[in-house]
Amino acid sequence: MSKRILMCGNEALAESAILAGCDAYFGYPITPQNEIPAYMSRRMPEEGRVFVQTESELAAINMVFGASATGKRAMTSSSSPGISLMQEGISYLAGAELPAVVVNVMRGGPGLGNIAPSQSDYFQATRGGGHGDYRTIVLGPASVQEMVDSMPLAFDLADQYRMPVMILADGILGQMMEPVVLGKKNGRELPAKNWALTGIKGRKQNIVRSLWLPEGALEKLNKKLLERYKQIEQNEVLCEQYETDDADIILVAYGFSARIVRSAASRAREEGIKAGWIRPITLWPFPAGQISKAADEFRIFLVVEMSNGQMLEDVRLAVNGKSPVLFHGRPGGGIPEVDEILEKIRQLTIRHKK
Amino acid sequence: MKTVFKRTPTLKNCPTHYCPGCGHGIAHRLVAETIDELDIRDHTIGIAPVGCAVLAYDYLDIDMVEVAHGRPPAVATGMKRTNPDKIIFSYQGDGDLASIGAAEILHAGHRGEQITVIFINNAVYGMTGGQMAPTTMLEQVTATTPKGRTAVEQGYPLQVSELLATLPGTIYIERCALSSVANVRRTKKAIRHAFELQVEGAEGLSLVEVLSPCPTYWRMSPAKAMEWIDSNMTKVFPLGRLKG
Repeated sequence: MSKRILMCGNEALAESAILAGCDAYFGYPITPQNEIPAYMSRRMPEEGRVFVQTESELAAINMVFGASATGKRAMTSSSSPGISLMQEGISYLAGAELPAVVVNVMRGGPGLGNIAPSQSDYFQATRGGGHGDYRTIVLGPASVQEMVDSMPLAFDLADQYRMPVMILADGILGQMMEPVVLGKKNGRELPAKNWALTGIKGRKQNIVRSLWLPEGALEKLNKKLLERYKQIEQNEVLCEQYETDDADIILVAYGFSARIVRSAASRAREEGIKAGWIRPITLWPFPAGQISKAADEFRIFLVVEMSNGQMLEDVRLAVNGKSPVLFHGRPGGGIPEVDEILEKIRQLTIRHKK
Repeated sequence: MKTVFKRTPTLKNCPTHYCPGCGHGIAHRLVAETIDELDIRDHTIGIAPVGCAVLAYDYLDIDMVEVAHGRPPAVATGMKRTNPDKIIFSYQGDGDLASIGAAEILHAGHRGEQITVIFINNAVYGMTGGQMAPTTMLEQVTATTPKGRTAVEQGYPLQVSELLATLPGTIYIERCALSSVANVRRTKKAIRHAFELQVEGAEGLSLVEVLSPCPTYWRMSPAKAMEWIDSNMTKVFPLGRLKG
């Protein structure tokens, strides 16, 4: 099936989740992701699967927890304030080693913020978000097609590593329409879910838990998780880079910002400025290696985000002082414009021209 | 010699962490007996709360999950909706169900989820050190009501079962107590009925509230605690079938 159809990001993502074998969707209304539950409320019953509109985001993430504990593929979606409420459940999912997919179609914050697109939940998404020593895998799609492609990957990663995976989109990606190709993909070879709660028949009791009281027991779990996270950092980094080899300035951006940056970089090239860009696709694990390598030669790094500078910190950690790292951002629903980024590129490259 | 009493298979052969005179041991046994009598152990999944019963899976030999405080009805919803052939029950205390999880139980009942809820009401937070619960009695002294609960400051004891009985989505609600042999037998019957309804596929939520002694934080002897259930608790939490 390779027919291109026009769909908005939220609906395309929802259909892709169904194709990826999502057994259950649980969600609570919040803008700008309302197309996902609306779409699921119609399509999931058609497929004989589960849709529940929940009383809160707390309930939604815990229903995901319940379905996942029985071995089913379960997901929820929300937007920033709702994702904050879900952090309790995400922490429990991490502690209980349960797979789940959580979609955050970000809006401006803090607080109720606004309903405009934003990238201000990067810290929350990539630092675990809830309490305790844990990570979530975070994917940052930049197009409607990538919204589609990230769903089967997210479910596979969640099942493979037994942990929550977050798709960090934003209001633009959720709302805008683009042509997409939907199709069933061959997934990864995944381990059997012999830990799932299916009833004790023919085997010993299975327990899904996150409480480890005896001395040293929790530390053991934490270390096991750490080993898993190291493996993920080694094997699952995704990033795209373009014209970085000869670049004097490298722009770093993810999600929708990366598309604006791409235009700004190509216009800079037209003006004779050697600009390239790096786009992290996995936000955790972060492509620190790729960025560090690019920083081995002296270059200017310009991070562009729809926030006051969050991924900026990861870029600085990766560059580790080898090259200057600057920032251009628009928080609170502001969207960086190609012209303002281009102007920044010009200023920076004039000053630092070799 | 004829065996007149033995451990029911679903109850593990191990000591519990519960205090002397605590009601959880009896309630666990009644749940375990029910599971064995109905022969549903192979396809039953239990949900342990946050609270004294958090380690219920150490005592009940079935598939079990331990979840966030107050969220068992949401977790049960996720399980039952995706596994309609399984028997799903939650076992929750008063802090878990009546306080932090009030929204989850209300809406699981409201949606008519086909689950069974065992609600242990001992009028106090046990695990954290005897603080006031929504179900704490007026004048009851707790770690956080040193002068006793007053209606003006802390409100009246919350009658969750009465609230839930008003919902069309609940099909069976009964309040029982562990205060005497006769009451334990009634509790068993109620728990069994609540599970039977789910086994039969009855459409809605069933809940058994169990008034249970906490001698440690009531600061009473186990015998006195049993008496206190009958003499005090049942005045605010009258026993009997509220629905179904």
